[in-house]
Amino acid sequence: MTNEKNIAIEAKNVNVYYGTKHVLKDINIAIEKNSVVAFIGPSGCGKSTFIRCFNRMNDFIESFRKEGDIIINNKEIYDRSIQVEELRKEVGMVFQKPNPFPKTIFENVVYGLRIQGENNKKTLRETAEKCLRDAALWDEVKDDLNKSALELSGGQQQRLCIARTLAVKPSIILMDEPASALDPISTSKIEDLITVLKKDYTIVIVTHNMQQAARVSDKTAFFYLGDMVEFEKTQTLFTNPQKELTQNYITGRFG
Amino acid sequence: MKIKEKIIEMLLGFCAFITVLTTFGIVYILFSESYRFFKEVSIVRFITDKEWTPLFADKQYGIMALLSGTLLTSAIAMVVALPLGIIIAVYLNEYAHKTVRNYLKPVLEILAAIPTVVYGFFALMVVTPFLKLLFPEISGFNALSAGLVMGVMIIPLVSSLSEDALYAVPKSLREASYGMGATKFQTSFRVLVPAASSGIIVSFILAISRAVGETMIVAIAAGQQPRLTANPLVPIETITTYIVQVSSGDVVNGSVEYRTIFAAGITLFIFTFLLNNVSHFVRKRFKQQYE
Ligand SMILES: Nc1ncnc2c1ncn2[C@@H]1O[C@H](COP(=O)(O)OP(=O)(O)OP(=O)(O)O)[C@@H](O)[C@H]1O
Ligand SMILES: [Mg+2]
Repeated sequence: MTNEKNIAIEAKNVNVYYGTKHVLKDINIAIEKNSVVAFIGPSGCGKSTFIRCFNRMNDFIESFRKEGDIIINNKEIYDRSIQVEELRKEVGMVFQKPNPFPKTIFENVVYGLRIQGENNKKTLRETAEKCLRDAALWDEVKDDLNKSALELSGGQQQRLCIARTLAVKPSIILMDEPASALDPISTSKIEDLITVLKKDYTIVIVTHNMQQAARVSDKTAFFYLGDMVEFEKTQTLFTNPQKELTQNYITGRFG
Repeated sequence: MKIKEKIIEMLLGFCAFITVLTTFGIVYILFSESYRFFKEVSIVRFITDKEWTPLFADKQYGIMALLSGTLLTSAIAMVVALPLGIIIAVYLNEYAHKTVRNYLKPVLEILAAIPTVVYGFFALMVVTPFLKLLFPEISGFNALSAGLVMGVMIIPLVSSLSEDALYAVPKSLREASYGMGATKFQTSFRVLVPAASSGIIVSFILAISRAVGETMIVAIAAGQQPRLTANPLVPIETITTYIVQVSSGDVVNGSVEYRTIFAAGITLFIFTFLLNNVSHFVRKRFKQQYE
């Protein structure tokens, strides 16, 4: 299987079930490289389930079952030949609640390298600095690298988690409501960061905040009850939606 | 109705009171009898003498000869119980399938439910003869066999408490680790075990406490020869064994020989008391970490 040249993630006829519950229904989507795609939709419509298919975080759920193909780097990622650890190095994830390890700031950033067997002090230090700079956190923590990450504010912790994800050098970053637990200032920092990171990464972001989707994303997908109702250029979707359901959702008539 | 409630409350309170009273009674007797002992034998002799022979004509009161036996058997037990306990906890928590888990956990509980006297005979009759194949010079009574078996007995204590601690680590940390491409092994030992370290340390301390106080296994399999040694192949005697030996013997009530068991007992008590406090301290810190 192959992706078209400029496509990072492609889903073909994807159906997902939890036991007998059908939570994603025949989804088809192609996400372009170096773009930001936002997933929006009411609670429980399957956004997290879908985004977690891309790095196989659903593997831990016993009742999870997937049909159809998800193709990244020319391979169906649920194929037997795929090593899930390798996939997750390629497809990083930032979670809803900041989840730094109870370790120092430095050890948090270099965790991904350490598990790959990198122990060279210089390499680790350089990577840590670079990733913290890329995550716009360096200036705030450069003198406290050996402090516990748990002493940082929520917004700083989330940027640390982004830095930690960058250190693994993924090509795709998944973000499941990365700013929903943060204050407005931290949120706008994360948003700025996303626009910068777009240069080097493909980003898929789940958000409940439609202004946020409008601000950061190139394309937006609207999900409803397991269906992907509409997938369009963000501007088009918000100004001129093709489906009535989308129209109703973005104007706040339900959800 | 109200009177009935009052009576129930008083009964329950009385039960609680009895346990407190018992504890105080024991501590009081321990201290008062030891006090009389130390009026006759100086603490310096007690600590510095190298032999423990209060029942012989040439009386020596070096508690170290007993304490070394206790520490030796406990150390051997810990070498078995701590690593295996942790490994089993990690396995159950992160690797084992639900079905395996459902079978393994009850089996571990059985291990904890076997009477210690059975363990003692197992050490003496099965493990020691087996060890003789490896170390022909080993004595019929020895610290190694008793320690190994005691370690096996303590495994469930370590594994179940450690598993609880691992289980309490927030799911988000596991996800963070797996999300970066970590394996189960890396996630377990680089994230989960360190994050659960306080709880695991508590399980270690309780395990040591249990080993130090264990009586039956060492009394049956380790011997009754007080000896200041680190050699696990020769007979030794632990503090607990000595107390059993004297209590079931025919020393005269109120004699110095009789009081030695309180002096030995208080040594043991101080040890386990300190360990308990350390574990309380660690547990308090553990709680704060996830608040
Ligand atoms: N582990 C699970 N087992 C069974 N059902 C699940 C599980 N996780 C999610 N579901 C169900 O799947 C559906 C989609 O859930 P999902 O978490 O993907 O929604 P979401 O769009 O991310 O919602 P939210 O906006 O609230 O995060 C929901 O109906 C949910 O109840
Ligand atoms: Mg969600």
